Amino acid sequence: MIIASLFILFLPLLAFLIQIFWGRRLPRQGDFVAIAAVGGTLVIALGMLLAILLKFDPGFQREAAFEWVNLGAFQIKLGFLIDNITVIMLVVVALISTMSHIYSTRYMGGDPLYSRYFAYLGLFTFSMNGIVLANNLLSLYIFWELVGVSSYLLIGFWFQKDSAADAGKKAFLTNRVGDLGFFIGIMLFFTAMGSFNYQDIFNGVANGQLSGIMLTLAGLGLFCGAVGKSAQVPLHIWLPDAMEGPTPVSALIHAATMVAAGVYMLVRLFPIMTPDVLIIIAYVGGFTALFAATIAITQNDIKRVLAYSTLSQLGYMVMAVGTGAYTAGFFHLVTHAMFKASLFYGAGSVIYAMHNALHKLNDHETDAQDMRNMGGFKSRMPITYWTMVVATLAISGVPFLSGFISKDAILAGTLAFAGHSPQHFLVPFFGFTAAMITPFYMLRLIYLTFHNEPRQTHIYIKIVESPRAMTVPMIVLSSLTFFAFYTLPQFNPFAGNGWFTSLVTAQDSLVTGFAVVSAHEFAEQVHHNHTLAMILSVSLAGLGILFSWLFYLKRKLSADAWAQRSGFIYRWSFHKYYIDEIYDRFIYQPFLRLTDKVGYTDWDLYDQKFIDGFGRVSEKLARLSGTIDWEGLDKMIVNGIGRFFQRSGQSLRQAQTGRLQNYLLFALLAIIVILIIQVL
Amino acid sequence: MAEITFWLLALFTIASAVIVVTSRQLIYSAVALLFSFIGVAGLYIYLWADFIGVVQIMIYIGGITILILFGIMLTNKITSVRISHTSVQRRIAAGGLTVLLGLLITMIIKTPWYLVAASEPTQTVESIGKMLLIDYLLPFEVVSILLLGALIGAATLARRGR
Amino acid sequence: MDQLQTYLIIGAVLFCLGLYGVITRRNAIAILMGVELILNSANVNFVAFARFGGMNMSGQIFALFVIIMAAAEAAVALAIIINIYHLYHSINVDEPSELKL
Repeated sequence: MIIASLFILFLPLLAFLIQIFWGRRLPRQGDFVAIAAVGGTLVIALGMLLAILLKFDPGFQREAAFEWVNLGAFQIKLGFLIDNITVIMLVVVALISTMSHIYSTRYMGGDPLYSRYFAYLGLFTFSMNGIVLANNLLSLYIFWELVGVSSYLLIGFWFQKDSAADAGKKAFLTNRVGDLGFFIGIMLFFTAMGSFNYQDIFNGVANGQLSGIMLTLAGLGLFCGAVGKSAQVPLHIWLPDAMEGPTPVSALIHAATMVAAGVYMLVRLFPIMTPDVLIIIAYVGGFTALFAATIAITQNDIKRVLAYSTLSQLGYMVMAVGTGAYTAGFFHLVTHAMFKASLFYGAGSVIYAMHNALHKLNDHETDAQDMRNMGGFKSRMPITYWTMVVATLAISGVPFLSGFISKDAILAGTLAFAGHSPQHFLVPFFGFTAAMITPFYMLRLIYLTFHNEPRQTHIYIKIVESPRAMTVPMIVLSSLTFFAFYTLPQFNPFAGNGWFTSLVTAQDSLVTGFAVVSAHEFAEQVHHNHTLAMILSVSLAGLGILFSWLFYLKRKLSADAWAQRSGFIYRWSFHKYYIDEIYDRFIYQPFLRLTDKVGYTDWDLYDQKFIDGFGRVSEKLARLSGTIDWEGLDKMIVNGIGRFFQRSGQSLRQAQTGRLQNYLLFALLAIIVILIIQVL
Repeated sequence: MAEITFWLLALFTIASAVIVVTSRQLIYSAVALLFSFIGVAGLYIYLWADFIGVVQIMIYIGGITILILFGIMLTNKITSVRISHTSVQRRIAAGGLTVLLGLLITMIIKTPWYLVAASEPTQTVESIGKMLLIDYLLPFEVVSILLLGALIGAATLARRGR
Repeated sequence: MDQLQTYLIIGAVLFCLGLYGVITRRNAIAILMGVELILNSANVNFVAFARFGGMNMSGQIFALFVIIMAAAEAAVALAIIINIYHLYHSINVDEPSELKL
């Protein structure tokens, strides 16, 4: 297992190195190297999956570590932790990564930086596998940042476009905000336990080495990291912009794997989260689920709709962790990875077709991603259409598909949560409302793109189905939305029990005094609420589907009229609640103004008003006393002081020139001050 | 006698260093730097480090000073013999550094140094060679890679933009 | 005042002079010379400790490595300076000051 996981980790890195150094010189720019490497990881990962299925042991665990730093009292060990969750996640990453590689051979074909693109994909796969395999917070953090870097590189892959370069920067910087909290959290654990290892931290929490408010703070720190990486409110702003990257990248990184890393981390570390942290997690997740869903309704860019739908689904997973149904959250992570990647591939296929059509028409103005330029593509792109429909039904929570069972498990979890703490009734409310909106906007996407009469006939007649390298990944992933893949050997589409639920079982919280409920009791409550959740979610999803059908397929209700009637709500949603504008107004601008103010204070206020003013006041005082006292002496001393301040003001003013040598001088003076303090 | 030459050497080194940092002409500074390096090499020999002294002469005087002279020639018109250069913030820096120097000297004098009586080694080159290839083999190799990198880097940097 | 302290004081004086050059000079090459003086002062300290402080040969080897680094640093720094000269036609460090607001 450990050896196999070493291969899984390092094969993509090897591919990255080969691609980055020799990629351009290899035949086909070396894409086969990358595909062979990730294909190899997929084979190994499937082998590991088979192994754990044969063992069928919920407590299966393997760990291996090596010593990285040893300074006597201070040791850091890095290593792998492999259990059922790890293996399932590895399969997900390897599968989606392989599919994205295959898909990219056509989608990115002819790009001038083709080989570098595959190199970046390899780097990403390596780092993502690192996150999955880590057995300690330190290597988790290292790979976490590596994932951020490769995401930055891939979002800004078309860096000639300003919007793409900006989106990359935005994603990276927004993630940094979350990572700051994450790092603080990690360090809080490290100072308390003296170890980064998960098991040591679990033991430490169980023994009460870190408890109470500090444990809550540390947990919140970790959650900050998840908020950044999994794009929860308020750090969600980067994910929609990240759609500037190539579509297979959006499918792999910004839908299926990287953004799920935050959820994966929370799932791993669930047992050490205090109840307070969990409640915050539940609210943030639930709010994100609803909030993003309401934005998705009004977007016109096909990829942005999917981006907001991803936000909403990630919100579901985070909410599931918060309510305690964290295995359900992980379940949803896996099923969501399949259907959302499939949806992105579908969208990419449409965009690819649009691009080619526009290219033939010599049209560089029309937006290839705007759904208002589409319509009626169903007959032109049947494979894309059917795979997207299946994936859409899966995300909507229609029975017999994977999304139904996983979403159902989460919703039952929220009901159970509200059952034992009724004051938090808002959490299931968020969940169920989002469950109603999801099918509405997803079917809106399908109807606008594929149904009715084409809006731009001249484009429509040039649209053709995408090549096989792109349709095969779509077919594979959309067929993986069939429920039986997750419930075997059981075959009950409504219960959702099967190998997955048997292998991934909830652990009890290790926090001392976690008075709420044990994992077992919670599972009981979930079981009680199962039927209710199912009925509610199916009927709400049906309602969403019905409205979408009336609005966008049958046109019985006019979407425009309703948008008019809803007034500011529509505007808010269309402008994403003005979050970017609010940040600009209340964070970026004030910050810039603050720096301006500091500069102003230093230059104009301090220098001219205060110091010169001091000089002037001294001068006046001197004149005043000059009538009484001997003029000369007075003038010399008082004016001397004034001049001294004037001069030091001027030299201070010089100090702000941005010259390195001035700063060096200040460093020198500071050192002198420190030395004097030391000597005295 | 040894005492007197030592003090002369020290004075020579420091006086040259003063010229390096105060002279208004770049060429004078460079030449004074050369003399300062020679003085330091002499100090090494007083400290029983003859090998380091030789290395100092070879690399600093034979290499770096020449490199700096080349730098001056390449970045100024060769015809202008008097390449002057000005200084900034002299007074405040001089004041600050005098204070710093005073503090350093106080500390050096006040600190009870841990001294070990040693006898003069007979074979410095041999023991340095052994240590380099046994105890310090890894740094030695790393440094050789660093030198290679600096070589390539300097060449590419200086070539660009032509 | 014993011999070790004499050497340390010489090192300190060289250090302060070098720092003075780095802080006050406007010409990049002159700043580089200041840096070289600072490196030399550190080397004097290393070798002095090797002689008196029981550091033995290790101190000398440190000095050796410092000299090697200084050579590499001077080469790269001069290459950069020449590049700057081609770009700005001046090697006064305060002219190409992109840090300035």
